[in-house]
Amino acid sequence: MGSARKSAYALKDKYAIVGIGTTDYSANSGRTVRALAIEASANAIADAGLKPADIDGIVSYNFNDSAPAIAVATGLEIPNAGYAVDFLAGGNAANLIVLSAVAAIEAGLADTVVCYRAMNGRSGFRLGGGREFRALGPTQFTAPFGWITYPQAMAMWCRRYQVEYGLTPEQLGNVAVTLRENAVLNPRAMQRKPMSMDDYLASRMIVDPFRLYDICLETDGACAVVVTTAERAKDMKQKPVYIMGGAYGGGPQQGDDLFDCIRWPDHSKNYSHYIAEDLWRSAGIGPGDVDVAEIYDCFTYSILMQLEGLGFCGLGESGSYIADGHIRRDGKLPVNTHGGLLSEGYIHGFNHVIEAVEQLRGQSGPRQVADAEIALTTAGAMTCGSAMILRR
Amino acid sequence: MSSVESYEKPIPVPDPDSAPFWAGCRESRLLIQHCEDCGHNQFPPSNLCAHCGAGGLSWKQASGAGKVFSWIVVRHPVPKPVYAQDVPYVVALVELAEGVRMPSNIIGCSPEDVVADMPVKVTFKQVTDEVVLPLFEPA
Repeated sequence: MGSARKSAYALKDKYAIVGIGTTDYSANSGRTVRALAIEASANAIADAGLKPADIDGIVSYNFNDSAPAIAVATGLEIPNAGYAVDFLAGGNAANLIVLSAVAAIEAGLADTVVCYRAMNGRSGFRLGGGREFRALGPTQFTAPFGWITYPQAMAMWCRRYQVEYGLTPEQLGNVAVTLRENAVLNPRAMQRKPMSMDDYLASRMIVDPFRLYDICLETDGACAVVVTTAERAKDMKQKPVYIMGGAYGGGPQQGDDLFDCIRWPDHSKNYSHYIAEDLWRSAGIGPGDVDVAEIYDCFTYSILMQLEGLGFCGLGESGSYIADGHIRRDGKLPVNTHGGLLSEGYIHGFNHVIEAVEQLRGQSGPRQVADAEIALTTAGAMTCGSAMILRR
Repeated sequence: MSSVESYEKPIPVPDPDSAPFWAGCRESRLLIQHCEDCGHNQFPPSNLCAHCGAGGLSWKQASGAGKVFSWIVVRHPVPKPVYAQDVPYVVALVELAEGVRMPSNIIGCSPEDVVADMPVKVTFKQVTDEVVLPLFEPA
């Protein structure tokens, strides 16, 4: 594992997620990101049995493609937010914003915080498309060579892994096929048509080694959760989901932006390798204790790196670990029970938090993992990222 | 050579840290930063040595020799009108003999022929009146 920090998240079980909310996920919402953010947040507040007047903090993350926290606070008529922050960040922040809500409450800046991500990721700003079609700052060394999109960025990591450990198309395909099996059972999922390995292998090559079905779905939609103290959570409408632990971080030489992996020492290991020790130490558990894992899957390959980085299997072993069926819903580590970013939709990883909470509450219907007590959520795929351990 | 007006791909915009690199390319010289204090070679350029923190980095000419560290084959053009004529094309992280890595294209061979650790050497391509890109071909 990577080098651990001196300190780790030290508020085990003192905070809880008490409400969750979403919008529909679609390819064309026909609505503003502001409207999506407000709807998901209002749903999360109602799910907690609260009113907007009970909320005094709000936090989100975006790529200049969303509505800022103060706009959503305004739309909800939150009277006086003591904490209103927008992280300029990618999926790496999907768990970090929840941890930052905890930090804000612990510091006395707020009592009850809404965390959200809202995007028109298909009909508006498409992260899978041209990203920044410019070549200045960090991109002056990448974009001029036609290295522009996120699939192109991550494929470079995947190829290096392939060189070091070997990786077959079928090993990537197992991820896509397994997650689709889960999405078929999920009414929220964008892609519910069953997918076979033949379907996967027949999907067109986008950027070798990635086929179309290695790449997540660009999605319009929003997700939100409400965070407060375990003490307050006791009297609320829903069964609290406690935040056991969490970590954010990455390795050395993360580069000048999220795309930049030029100086990264070893492309077969991503951020997860570097936060594993902090994450497990913060919760006081290990990989064997996790009942369900919602792992950031912007690409099929992202899951392989995180299974290895967090210690679910050894380096270079994730392909066979997955082929053995361990990440299936009836396996020893059910992964992305909602279908993930690959088949449910891409709300920049925040939909993983929603699914983990539903699983721990026992609200996942036909895709419910029996007796799910402890869940892992992760966020990020490259040089930096965040993760949480949740329990019912 | 084409004019800026007809060249539709992203054109690098030099900044105070990178201007010597792009100026070097215009003279067919591949320049990387070098720390006189600790001997560290650095790319992409920065204002301080990332290894020892020293300022006042110098520039030195790299041999232009390297090997393929990782690579991708772009088959679906994005944006489509700009790259439709170029696919399939290879983007590689090239590890230079001096120890730094540099993104570029591998030209002069079929995309299928690119393999890990393949020896490559730099070649320069003028793309606009002002800009020359360092590309790599099999050595």
